[in-house]
Amino acid sequence: MLAYLSRRLAASVAILIGITLVTFALSFLIPADPVRMIAGRNATAQTVENIRHELGLDRPVPEQYARYVLRLAQGDLGRSYVQKTQVADLVLSRLPATLLLLAGAIFFELLIGIPAGIFAATRRGRPADRWIMMASFAGVSAPQFVVGLLLLYVFANLLGLFPMGGFGTLSQLVLPALTLGIAGGGWYARMMRSSMVEVLRQDYVRTARAKGLGPVKVVLVHALRNGVLPIVAMVGLDVGFFMSGAVVVESVYGWPGIGQLAWIGIQRVDIPVIMGVTLVAAVGILIGNLVADLITPLIDPRVRLR
Amino acid sequence: MNEAWRRFRRDKLALLGLAVIAITVLVAVLAPWVAPFDPAEQFFDGLTLEGSPLPPDAHFLLGTDLLGRDLLSRLIYGARTSLIIGVAANGVAVIVGALLGATAGFVEGWVSAAIMRFTDLMMAFPALLLAIALAAIFAPSLWIVAMVIAMVNWVQIARVVYTETRALSQRDYIEATRALGAAPARILFRHILPHLVPTILVYATLGIATTVLLEATLSFLGVGVRPPTPSWGGIIFESQSYFLSAPWLVFFPGAAILLVALAFNLVGDALRDALDPTQRGRG
Repeated sequence: MLAYLSRRLAASVAILIGITLVTFALSFLIPADPVRMIAGRNATAQTVENIRHELGLDRPVPEQYARYVLRLAQGDLGRSYVQKTQVADLVLSRLPATLLLLAGAIFFELLIGIPAGIFAATRRGRPADRWIMMASFAGVSAPQFVVGLLLLYVFANLLGLFPMGGFGTLSQLVLPALTLGIAGGGWYARMMRSSMVEVLRQDYVRTARAKGLGPVKVVLVHALRNGVLPIVAMVGLDVGFFMSGAVVVESVYGWPGIGQLAWIGIQRVDIPVIMGVTLVAAVGILIGNLVADLITPLIDPRVRLR
Repeated sequence: MNEAWRRFRRDKLALLGLAVIAITVLVAVLAPWVAPFDPAEQFFDGLTLEGSPLPPDAHFLLGTDLLGRDLLSRLIYGARTSLIIGVAANGVAVIVGALLGATAGFVEGWVSAAIMRFTDLMMAFPALLLAIALAAIFAPSLWIVAMVIAMVNWVQIARVVYTETRALSQRDYIEATRALGAAPARILFRHILPHLVPTILVYATLGIATTVLLEATLSFLGVGVRPPTPSWGGIIFESQSYFLSAPWLVFFPGAAILLVALAFNLVGDALRDALDPTQRGRG
């Protein structure tokens, strides 16, 4: 286990280095000159030269990369061109809102996906199964911004059950989290179904049936435990999906997280902000994958460590 | 192949999906003849006296947008944008992904390792944020958006093809071909690639759904195809602040995106069942 852990950690660090290389390369490809963005339109050639020197942009590329990584190691993500503040501060102040949204989304996707998947597996091949699978495909095929606007229209505008957006109370969390959870729930329904189908054909389930247990007890007590664990372990892999979704959902609902920060960054071509959020999200995905990889063998002894 | 078609045909939902795709393609190709109006024309009678868009009526079947343009005509032309990007972006992603995946699976050593570690790296980025960053770098046009999506989407197919190629190249018949003295390129193209066709076909179909959704999302965020080119995501982007008073401007394009993405997903899923008998009844 320890060897496995250290190997996985080493791989994550390697990927982390790769991530910094990519974001560094991306900021080089940008046609807009960051010096001009900071200096403004009317800056003299001398000012431009000074800022260029100050930012270290007149140094050789490898040295710039080394400085970039050193700054990152100190938690410095650069300065926003537009808001003139540290990107790290902006991200940090908004991270809790996004994490809260993530937690809500995970709650809804499991709440939708797991019962739907169990039910479909027990009705395999019958109409109920087909309809659930159809609905799960609709969930993953629906663009999140449309689902978000639709939920707003129906539940906030027509029915007045939830607020139109904003941040602060639990009722404001429901619709944005549900929007993300609908798409995720579609995937979980499919995964849960195939996991349960697999478990329900095992010998021990047949034994449980043969000794006279009712179908509810067989499915919910005997089969569910083995069926649901591998699925729950996959929650860590959702971070990437939700990070993309957060950009859309937070902009639709005015949710003040890092997704909205990225969206504001897009509108103003604020490259350090976009890169900063991308970097933080990539680290989040890395952590999520690592957690999933570590949890799976713990809860499922059949998984062999490589 | 006939056997596969027979199995595919049994899936009524997939047939429905196929019909939706056929109709969308037809409408997109025949757009100038099918569309009731010019999608760019701003009608004087397309707005109310106060200047707000018209709800669906007998003249403008799906209503008009904020500039008094016919929504149905814009949706019909928008189908072109979605499908062109869907096919082009996904085509490039499939070719790049399949070639890299097959190469990594077939050759061993550092080339294979380098390709696969690079896919690991790409998987660590959230697809949408990476696409946004790329789109912000290159000023987006139709083809740039397609290439950006391709740059993000080749990864999954590369990994699937890699796994299958690895399994195939360890089979006895490949070993036999190798013993007969066949060149590696010949083994790869004549003896391995044909077996990958079903997998590639399935992921190419499912990939179009992902691509259509990503294009719509980029356009909705304002980094996709630029106006005046009509795009479904772009129509929603332009009108989202008015969606409470003019919900049809969000729901019709939204339904179009959903229908097309759903159709490709249903067909791809049915193809997987039809082309891969070992998977049948499993998932």
